[in-house]
Amino acid sequence: MGGNSPCASCKLLRRRCAKDCIFAPYFPSDDPHKFAIVHKVFGASNVSKMLQELPIHQRADAVSSLVYEANARVRDPVYGCVGAISYLQNQVSQLQMQLAVAQAEILCIQMQNEPVVMPTPQMDDPDDARSSSSSFLHPNNLPQYLNFASSSNVIHDSLKRESIFGDIIS
Amino acid sequence: MNSERCAACKYLRRRCPSDCIFAPYFPSNNPQRFACVHKIYGASNVGKMLQQLPTHKRVQAANSLYYEAQCRIQDPVYGCVGIISLLLQQIHKAENQLAKTQAEIAVLSNSHTQDSQFQQNFLLQQGNVGQSSRPSTQPSSWFK
Repeated sequence: MGGNSPCASCKLLRRRCAKDCIFAPYFPSDDPHKFAIVHKVFGASNVSKMLQELPIHQRADAVSSLVYEANARVRDPVYGCVGAISYLQNQVSQLQMQLAVAQAEILCIQMQNEPVVMPTPQMDDPDDARSSSSSFLHPNNLPQYLNFASSSNVIHDSLKRESIFGDIIS
Repeated sequence: MNSERCAACKYLRRRCPSDCIFAPYFPSNNPQRFACVHKIYGASNVGKMLQQLPTHKRVQAANSLYYEAQCRIQDPVYGCVGIISLLLQQIHKAENQLAKTQAEIAVLSNSHTQDSQFQQNFLLQQGNVGQSSRPSTQPSSWFK
């Protein structure tokens, strides 16, 4: 292979593109915008240091995430990616609330259904069925069922992140 | 009277001017905050980014830069993109759970309605049977 064209980084930085250029595998010359945006936000020197500290098999993913973050920062110079995180955390909270309400509704339906199982053959007075059902609807039974609402560990983990992030957006 | 240098100027070992762009957002009592941001973005880039923003938006910008820098230091491969990815997964799971739960509600509501109608009809039937001249304790035809 002769006459290798410089990678996008070396073109932008106006330098010779060495054979072992750290940027070359990830910033091909046909996509100059990709390096330009990363350079604008992070700086070539910082990107180079970050890549050098990573094993080779992780560098492609690192570059992709840096490009993503740089694009987010250019689109939203105040919040960058943090804006998206805030939005998604709100969505998770809303879904958790909806799920809790739905699960409580199921319990209510189940509790209403329970006494209406099967009329027994010995039952002569239909009113007996109704009077025995009222004990299932005792208010003391409700709170212990509703406590499970915050059961999902997956959603709780995201709320823990909210405590790191909570004071940023105010 | 020299006021204390901000964390940025201390780190960069320079004089802290009265209009230092970093001073309001990188106080001297939190040197780690500037060190973190400088490691990922570089002082020059941070300064440029802050200068391009109106003054009242710079606090949020500095805070979000600090947060992203921390994420990148903790996770050098994915940074805060890893958190976004995790949140998207959580949303997807929660949506599936919610859809499943709502389907369960629909099924339970339907069966409850059918049971109620069943009960109502059964009780009406019993009432009709009671009015007949021959009292009967036989189950109605519902149970056949």
